[in-house]
Amino acid sequence: MISADIQIVMPEILLAVYAMLALLGAVYTTKDKMASLLTWVTSGLFVLLALWIGMNGQGTQTAFDGMFNDDAFARFSKVTILLSAAAVLVMSEAYMKRRGLLRFEYPILVALSVVGMMVMVSAGDLMALYMGLELQSLALYVVASLRRDSVKSTEAGLKYFVLGALSSGLLLYGASLTYGFAGTTLFSGIIEASAHHPSLGLLFGIVFLIAGLAFKVSAAPFHMWTPDVYQGSPTPVTAFFATAPKIAAMAMFARVVHDAFGGIVSEWQQIVAFLAVVSMFLGAVAAIGQKDIKRLMAYSSIAHMGFALMGLAAGTVLGVQAMLIYMVIYVTMNVGTFAFILGMERDGRPVTSIESLKMYSKRQPLRALAMLVLMFSLAGVPPMVGFFGKFYVLRAAYDAGLGWLAIAGVIASVIGAFYYLRIVYYMYFGEETDALDGKMNPVLWTFLMASALIMLVGVVNLFGIEPMAASAAAALVN
Amino acid sequence: MSVFAFTFYLFAITTVVGGLFTVISRNPVHSVLWLILAFLSSAGLFVTLGAEFVAMLLIIVYVGAVAVLFLFVVMMLDVDFAELKAEMAKYMPLALLIGIVIIMQLALAFGVWGFSDGVTDRIAAPQGDANNTAALGMLIYDKYIMLFQLAGLILLVAMIGAIVLTLRHRVDIKRQNVIAQMHRDPAKAMELKDVKPGQGL
Repeated sequence: MISADIQIVMPEILLAVYAMLALLGAVYTTKDKMASLLTWVTSGLFVLLALWIGMNGQGTQTAFDGMFNDDAFARFSKVTILLSAAAVLVMSEAYMKRRGLLRFEYPILVALSVVGMMVMVSAGDLMALYMGLELQSLALYVVASLRRDSVKSTEAGLKYFVLGALSSGLLLYGASLTYGFAGTTLFSGIIEASAHHPSLGLLFGIVFLIAGLAFKVSAAPFHMWTPDVYQGSPTPVTAFFATAPKIAAMAMFARVVHDAFGGIVSEWQQIVAFLAVVSMFLGAVAAIGQKDIKRLMAYSSIAHMGFALMGLAAGTVLGVQAMLIYMVIYVTMNVGTFAFILGMERDGRPVTSIESLKMYSKRQPLRALAMLVLMFSLAGVPPMVGFFGKFYVLRAAYDAGLGWLAIAGVIASVIGAFYYLRIVYYMYFGEETDALDGKMNPVLWTFLMASALIMLVGVVNLFGIEPMAASAAAALVN
Repeated sequence: MSVFAFTFYLFAITTVVGGLFTVISRNPVHSVLWLILAFLSSAGLFVTLGAEFVAMLLIIVYVGAVAVLFLFVVMMLDVDFAELKAEMAKYMPLALLIGIVIIMQLALAFGVWGFSDGVTDRIAAPQGDANNTAALGMLIYDKYIMLFQLAGLILLVAMIGAIVLTLRHRVDIKRQNVIAQMHRDPAKAMELKDVKPGQGL
């Protein structure tokens, strides 16, 4: 029995064993001189595992008495997590090396946090969920303060750690209330127990669980840490925060509300809808005054999480499908945008102020064009793929009878378009200032162009992720 | 009063008194000693429940390691506790609020708590006749092996993190080089000079 279980969790085990071997190997040999190599190897391993999970997985299997699920939903999320983590690792290598930040622990910590994410999206038990979550978060706290000589980076790590611990406490409290009601921590038991008449205690449990999860996806009103952590962390780490952990947390959110509380959708629907509305508006309004592009991306991620939560609030198969599609598109856009931000330099020093982009189009027309496409896509302007992501979640919310939520989403999206378009305005019409450096790392250039191209070409059929997301959603909601 | 009830009340009262004096005693060293008393008597409570393994863990881990470490920290570090207490007073409203929330939770648990239908079927069954230690072993290393291994990974990340964030390899200090020391040749390290009387070097 145990061997069958191990077979199912093989990708996670492989990645964990790789991380430990890499750690030993690097410590006993050349240490930080190996860091570049390790970064590339780790990212290659991510891609291989993604291919393996994507090609090999069939049907729905559970391991360890239902604590671990291997279904289409988990596989879809894992492939997205692995590919985005691989992309960010490759992008960060040159940037971190040049600034003396590339330590051999960085790829290893990222690999371990990806193990945590893979457990999170597969969890079939509150305990497994918590273990995965802590593994992921703890590694992220460390990489947030990787630039340990900088006060900002240390502050980012500390803030993230303290608030993350608080949110874990909320989550655990909710989990214990749920356990007290259901008598089990297995999702399959909780959904059975909550099917008939949820008690007050269970409602409290759901509220606390969702509050803890909302912290992790940085949905308002639990978003306070996001701007400071995004701004303070080294930019490649910020890029990582904005991609893989977001998918993992969102998928875990969907897993909890559907696998454990799928029988009482009406009880949590209003909470998730509230989080969605608040996040969309806060993200849209608070970003207007931002001058730092990393802070701006933080508020942008809060707004986007609001849209993804809107899909979840629908509580239907279509809603989960829309959420998955939205997340994939969001992450693809973010990889391109952060490739651009990583390449923003003046005299070899990183620049993050939006003002520095004035008249960028004159000097770098192609890159400015790619950024324009990405910004339009983030804002949800129709010809780009970003529009389809928004369209799916709006339709899902509307079909589920949440017309008001869809209308709020449209309004928030119009407000949010302002700050994306402002960047475009600066690039094409602003007054000229000191020029940014013309050089750009070829890896970053490739990711920027590829991401922008996907936003244009993907309009044809979204690269076929629609049926995949549909089967993933069908596996989760039943 | 039966022997069981007597032991229970003895340990329970000692635990509460120990906890109380941990909070109110003025000398921090006394606080830690009271804390150790509270731990010891809770271990006694566990024994009366038949959980001897947990009782031993409590003594070994909490008393043996944590509390003694506390004691060392309190005695070694020069912390001005009067100042800390003054700070505490500022947060009194918050502390009271938390206290009220905890009381409300107790009220929820003892007053209106409703279990789901058929909860008795879902609660984990007792682990047969095995004694505590064996039963825990069966759970941790067999049923929950995945969680146990994940906990190990979390500790590994904590270790890596502590090293990444704090270890500095300083180059401006002298380090011991064992190989160089062992291969040191006295003939080369010393030079004999024949100093003529009355001349110096």
